[in-house]
Amino acid sequence: MSDGDPVVRFARAAVTVAGRTVWSGVDVVVRPGEFVAVLGPNGGGKSTMIKAILGLIPLSAGTLTVLGGPPRARNSSIGYVPQRRSFDSEVRIRGVDLVRLGLTGARWGAPLPGARRFSARARAEAHRVEKVIELVGASRYAGRPIGELSGGEQQRLLIAEALAARPRLLLLDEPLESLDLPNQAAVAALVAKIGRAEDVAVVMVAHDINPILGYVDEVIYLAGGHAAEGPPHEVITDATLSQLYGTPVEVLATSTGRLVVVGATEEASYSDHRHHP
Amino acid sequence: MSVPAVGAATDPFQPAPGWDLLADVRELFTYAFMINAIEAGTVVAVLSAVIGWFMVLRRQSFTGHTIAVIGFPGAAGALVLGLSATVGFYAFAIAGALVIAAVRFDGRLGYRTESAVAGTIQAAALACGFWFSSLYGGFTGGASALLFGSFLGITAGQVQTLGVLAVIVLALIAMIGRPLLFASVDPSVAVARGVPVRALSVAFLLLLAVAAASAAQITGTLLVFALLVVPAATAQLLTARPVLGLGLGVAIGLAVTWTALVAAYYVPYPIGFFLTSTAFAAYLLAFLASRLRRRSRPAERAPTSDEVLEPVRS
Repeated sequence: MSDGDPVVRFARAAVTVAGRTVWSGVDVVVRPGEFVAVLGPNGGGKSTMIKAILGLIPLSAGTLTVLGGPPRARNSSIGYVPQRRSFDSEVRIRGVDLVRLGLTGARWGAPLPGARRFSARARAEAHRVEKVIELVGASRYAGRPIGELSGGEQQRLLIAEALAARPRLLLLDEPLESLDLPNQAAVAALVAKIGRAEDVAVVMVAHDINPILGYVDEVIYLAGGHAAEGPPHEVITDATLSQLYGTPVEVLATSTGRLVVVGATEEASYSDHRHHP
Repeated sequence: MSVPAVGAATDPFQPAPGWDLLADVRELFTYAFMINAIEAGTVVAVLSAVIGWFMVLRRQSFTGHTIAVIGFPGAAGALVLGLSATVGFYAFAIAGALVIAAVRFDGRLGYRTESAVAGTIQAAALACGFWFSSLYGGFTGGASALLFGSFLGITAGQVQTLGVLAVIVLALIAMIGRPLLFASVDPSVAVARGVPVRALSVAFLLLLAVAAASAAQITGTLLVFALLVVPAATAQLLTARPVLGLGLGVAIGLAVTWTALVAAYYVPYPIGFFLTSTAFAAYLLAFLASRLRRRSRPAERAPTSDEVLEPVRS
């Protein structure tokens, strides 16, 4: 594929999970270096879209092209940060080890002690790990056990793990969930910075558009079994969302520029709809 | 493996340590049974520490214990049938691991019910083991050695079997070590990167079965944790570095095993007691050391948050 070709292209795509059509007729394009947010109510199929791109869930209709080919697992050109709760405090492995697994973990064999002394590849890998940890600003605590770190620190190391193998596409599933507001802003800014520094396209599933509103190029809004894609202020409008939900929806802008969706089902408002704290 | 009676009454001799350390060590190596015991103990300590390190990291200690307990009726049953207990240990442990693998992959339900299933299997296995032991004849001696360990009756053939299996298991770990670590620490990312997480999980259960059955021949089925869990858990208390942790686990396992063998040679109590209490003492020391170390660097230990918040805090 050439440089201008899309990184991800869904065409008339549909996914069916356990007999239920999650979404259908989806046409979505993610271009190189773009920062795209995936929004929508719970159960709208946001994570399903990420898993389809990873090749973990097949389409039931339409086509999906990822990095010029069919989606498949074992793709080191895709970095993935899954939705999850944080590491348990008992996990006795350092942050730097986790990041290194993101670079070398899929390779057979076992790490040798002191390999850096005689292997140029091991030195290059150690350098890459160090650099990517620096990029996410985790150098200070990367040597500590991952379970002892705060949620924001763990999230940064998980992003470093996903970036280690120099992917061209970064998939982040709710990376801001379970972070406090200052950390949400910091991680959002970090992801935007990484997208530019590493020239990697970013697809981020988010509950709330507001922490990332200043950074995203496009949003994909999944609701009512369909998707709308475009710049945030074109998609998050009364007309577009009302059409998606099939019921009147109003978008309000606060004085600070925050967007709040009201009028749809409760799940539709994304500023504060965390039903499971 | 024959099943020797354990205890002072049947000991053929009453050795006592002298003051000459070298002479004492030389004396240990004059008896074939003692050489066998040291060789077998060394092999089992290394194997258990390595497999145990992954087991502790994967939080499969309960599974490991279940597999070892399943080995008990296997060993007792093999004796009833006139076979060697070693064969019974391996056959039942491996079969048990395969059953656990099948249960675990039966959807998500399998994960949630695993501990209940494993507990039920443990109870049944212990019952069968006791029954077979009593069939074999007067269960005091036989059952006790199978459950709580013995080092007196280890044959040269048994040492050879242990050695060959340990080399195979360790070679396999060297081949799958990195992806196994990835799958253990971060399975969802590993799957997305094409690591065969399920196959590795089954493979690890089988390696765990071999390690548990090997350790059980010395520690007894109920005390396998002395070599399978405690050295690895102690090492993980002391370091979060994978390679260093593995090395430290092996060193602790060897120290525990050799100390226990020497103690059991001179003092007429079962080897399982010495193994377990030495291992526990090592764990306790490491626990205290890690607590002290944490207290000595409170600033670093405080739940720091990200750079954004730091100016506010300091």
